[in-house]
Amino acid sequence: MEFFERFAVPHPSPAIYASMVAIALTSIAIVAGLTYFKKWGYLWREWLTTVDHKKIGIMYMISALLMLFRGGADVLMMRAQTAVPENTLLDAQHYNEIFTTHGVVMIIFMAMAFIIALMNFVIPLQIGARDVAFPRLNALSFWLYFMGAMLLNISFVIGGSPSSGWTSYFPLAGNELSQSVGTNYYMLSLQISGLGTLITGINFIVTILKMRAPGMTLMKMPMFSWAGLITNVIIVFAFPVLTVALAMGTMDRLFATNFFTTTNGGMDMLWANLFWVWGHPEVYILILPAFGIYSEIIPTFSRRNLYGYNTMVISMVVISLLSFLVWVHHFFTMGQGALVNSIFSITTMAIAVPTGIKIFNWLFTMWKGKIQFTVPMLYSLGFIPIFTIGGVTGVMLGMASADYQYHNTMFLVAHFHLVIIPGVVFAMLAGLTYWWPKMFGFMLNERIGKWAFWFIAGGTCLAFFPMFISGLDGQARRMYTYSEATGFGIWNMLSFIGAIGLAIGFILIVYNIYYSTRYASRDIGDDPWDARSLEWATHNPVPEYNFAITPQVNSRQAFWDAKKNGHKLFKGGYKEIHMPNNSGVPFIMAVFFFIFGFGFVFSMWITVIASLIGIIACLIHRSFEKDHGYHISAEELEKSEVELRGAK
Amino acid sequence: MKLKWAIIGALITVIALLTGCEPLTVLDPKGPQAQTQADVIWISIAIMAFIVITVFVMLVYLLIKYRGSKQPDSYEPPHIEGNKVVEAIVVGIPVIIVAVLSVISVKSTYEVEAKPEGYGDKEPLVVYASSSDWKWHFSYPEQDIETVNYLYIPTDRPLEFKLYSYGPITSFWIPQLGGQKYAMSDMITTLHLGADAPGEFMGRNANFSGEGFAENTFNVKAMPQEEFDEWVKEVKQTAEPLTEQKFDELLEPGHLGQLTFTGTHLDFMPPPEGHHGGHGADDKKNSHSSHESTSSEHAEHEEEGAEHEAHNE
Ligand code: HEM
Ligand SMILES: [Cu+2]
Ligand SMILES: [Cu+2]
Repeated sequence: MEFFERFAVPHPSPAIYASMVAIALTSIAIVAGLTYFKKWGYLWREWLTTVDHKKIGIMYMISALLMLFRGGADVLMMRAQTAVPENTLLDAQHYNEIFTTHGVVMIIFMAMAFIIALMNFVIPLQIGARDVAFPRLNALSFWLYFMGAMLLNISFVIGGSPSSGWTSYFPLAGNELSQSVGTNYYMLSLQISGLGTLITGINFIVTILKMRAPGMTLMKMPMFSWAGLITNVIIVFAFPVLTVALAMGTMDRLFATNFFTTTNGGMDMLWANLFWVWGHPEVYILILPAFGIYSEIIPTFSRRNLYGYNTMVISMVVISLLSFLVWVHHFFTMGQGALVNSIFSITTMAIAVPTGIKIFNWLFTMWKGKIQFTVPMLYSLGFIPIFTIGGVTGVMLGMASADYQYHNTMFLVAHFHLVIIPGVVFAMLAGLTYWWPKMFGFMLNERIGKWAFWFIAGGTCLAFFPMFISGLDGQARRMYTYSEATGFGIWNMLSFIGAIGLAIGFILIVYNIYYSTRYASRDIGDDPWDARSLEWATHNPVPEYNFAITPQVNSRQAFWDAKKNGHKLFKGGYKEIHMPNNSGVPFIMAVFFFIFGFGFVFSMWITVIASLIGIIACLIHRSFEKDHGYHISAEELEKSEVELRGAK
Repeated sequence: MKLKWAIIGALITVIALLTGCEPLTVLDPKGPQAQTQADVIWISIAIMAFIVITVFVMLVYLLIKYRGSKQPDSYEPPHIEGNKVVEAIVVGIPVIIVAVLSVISVKSTYEVEAKPEGYGDKEPLVVYASSSDWKWHFSYPEQDIETVNYLYIPTDRPLEFKLYSYGPITSFWIPQLGGQKYAMSDMITTLHLGADAPGEFMGRNANFSGEGFAENTFNVKAMPQEEFDEWVKEVKQTAEPLTEQKFDELLEPGHLGQLTFTGTHLDFMPPPEGHHGGHGADDKKNSHSSHESTSSEHAEHEEEGAEHEAHNE
């Protein structure tokens, strides 16, 4: 009996029971399918144990897409609930759980995963490297992220979801006011996946600094790799703060340490400070790679070089520094006085300057160009106006006195979605479409892609513009219902329609993947977009060793100049290549981490200790392992290159 | 192109609606602080609209002028690294705009953090506003009365709210009188408001605080000083006294209607004075005792600001 009480959902509803059944059926179907088609071995050899950055990138991407749909389903429920006044579709507790998981899933498990997916796939190729610096750690990063995501995702069927917002402010998130294990899940799943992110950060800094192709100085590096470098530096500085905050929060919940509680000298505002010291840089961790992607796509489809390369780099460096100096703008209303608020108000608005420079540089990149309206370009073009609106409303929020009126209202919700959606989601979809042929060797259908774009762009505008109005009319965020008399009804109804538009757009993207997988031509050459950077200099799809011969770089647009100005990229003959072996350890270790997290959530200390021993055993095993990888000989290389070229 | 027109259309609609007949709550201020904030919002909307329109116009122009389908196949776009003058403009103008906005922001922030202007040197009315799951308790120490979930205030007089919480962080907000401020359990924050004219306003907790959050509202009624005094007198004659036991009952999570009492809970359950003072005497012992302040309310308020400065660094 005790058992069932412990793992039961505190607020069950038909929707949750239905999801339980769905999860069970899907799991059974997957296991049965894998067994029937005898794919267990394939799955293990090719994916679960892989250390290839391209495959890891693809696994990140699939997970991110799955999480996008998880978070998207939450959105539809939330918007449906608030579409009309006094709706009773969801009750308060259920609504709170949904918007909390929505926030966590979208920021941590969707957006983060998507940017890391593209960084993984693209950066080594773009800098002419064979892999990342530490391939095994890279696999570990992915599996830690994945297990963290799964841990959060089982919360709503085992024990209950977190419900105190993705910001999880204490004391609301403390034991007294959040009694279910939901917040434990939050703390541990973020901790485990955060560890993975931190490792990624270190791995990519080393990769970018140490493994660039000969001749590629930092100032000749493509803009996406630059963005990746700066992003990972921010990760390395910001994530430890989250680690500490989560550790303290976990101790508060499980060992009654009172860091953030209201008794015994705990400071609730300490959590808010720590959270946002990480949280604000986090939004730039998300946006900078997106800026990098646009800086690749806009020149490619304007058929011109990127305007103001140097200022683009400088502005990113400035943004990364400023992003650590503005966190107080998330709680101007905490009563820290006019002086402090004034200082942070100015630093906040200052960020708009480097951001503005970037927007104008993209515009000038199109000047005298020859613009092609492909799907990746459409997302980049749609990004500019929508993001500008999101950005200028950020400046409005940055004015402390006025923020006292916007804070915690739908106006804020409109701001951050209008920067994050065109910023992150558009960029990811643009990048996905753009690099898809490199990943899979065929193109996505442009016609379906354009339909999806228009639904997504239109849906975004319709879903979020009305919130500026309802916010200024006094609608607080996170209200599960409101009365007829408030007059918010019409704006929320428009939002709901916008959300449906977005949903249709995403469904079209899935359909596009299905359609193109079946019908698209496989005969597209290595450089279907006529692009400019190194990743397009190798085959489609990319062989496991990336480049048979390490490229020699002489200019900023190495591949473009090779095509147009006859620079020679590949000099010399084939040489033996050293490759790392696959390993099951990262996966197994991450499974132990999952068990560790689950045990911790429910204070099952024996499980926790057992899984800790497992983790340490994995580490010890690794330190005694004598695995030097394997070699691809020059002859083998030549043979496979000839074959690949023949396949074209 | 369709998108751009859609957005421009939407923008025009928004502006039309903002200026239209039914003013939006925040832009329909009824007191000096809210007035300052509404002015700042309007100025920033105007400046931001200028930036947005510039970007839109440039984008549309470039897309029409340089679209590939209208150019000869042989056209090869030039290689352009950048241009010092253009870049100076692109950096310079935003710097000027941000500088202007900074001045406005700093000035108005000091304004709304101080006693509202325009009421002469009238003594402010001090009200302790504390939140508990999911109610608001208003104590009037001067009048020695307390209300739950509704607030009567005199017009033309500075109001000084002392905010704290018996649970999660909440945010005290009467949009038509001014912006919000947090109420926390371990310290008091001060919010200065004022009402110019009689009227009824919506007040609420704006910071998510759990299950009953959506209904965590209160009614505000502003009236001339005489009428307010009248009301106080009436309360004194008719309302029950607030006992410690009764107050404990009120603190239980849940929703309540409007209630009125004589006496305040400040006597038997002092607010968390000083910084991180904790609620009761027990808590106080364990907390940073150096933060405690026994001086007058105003001195304490200033110290609060200084303390926060310290822990934000
Ligand atoms: C021009 C640059 C920007 C400025 C001046 C700015 C300003 C602000 C301010 C002042 C707030 C706090 C508002 C409040 O809580 O009352 C805020 C919130 C937020 N911003 Fe921005 N922002 C900018 C860009 C971005 C970008 C690029 C992103 C994301 C990629 C972003 C994501 C967010 C998020 C997620 C929140 C809300 C967090 C929450 O409370 O849940 N912002 N922004
Ligand atoms: Cu921020
Ligand atoms: Cu404090």
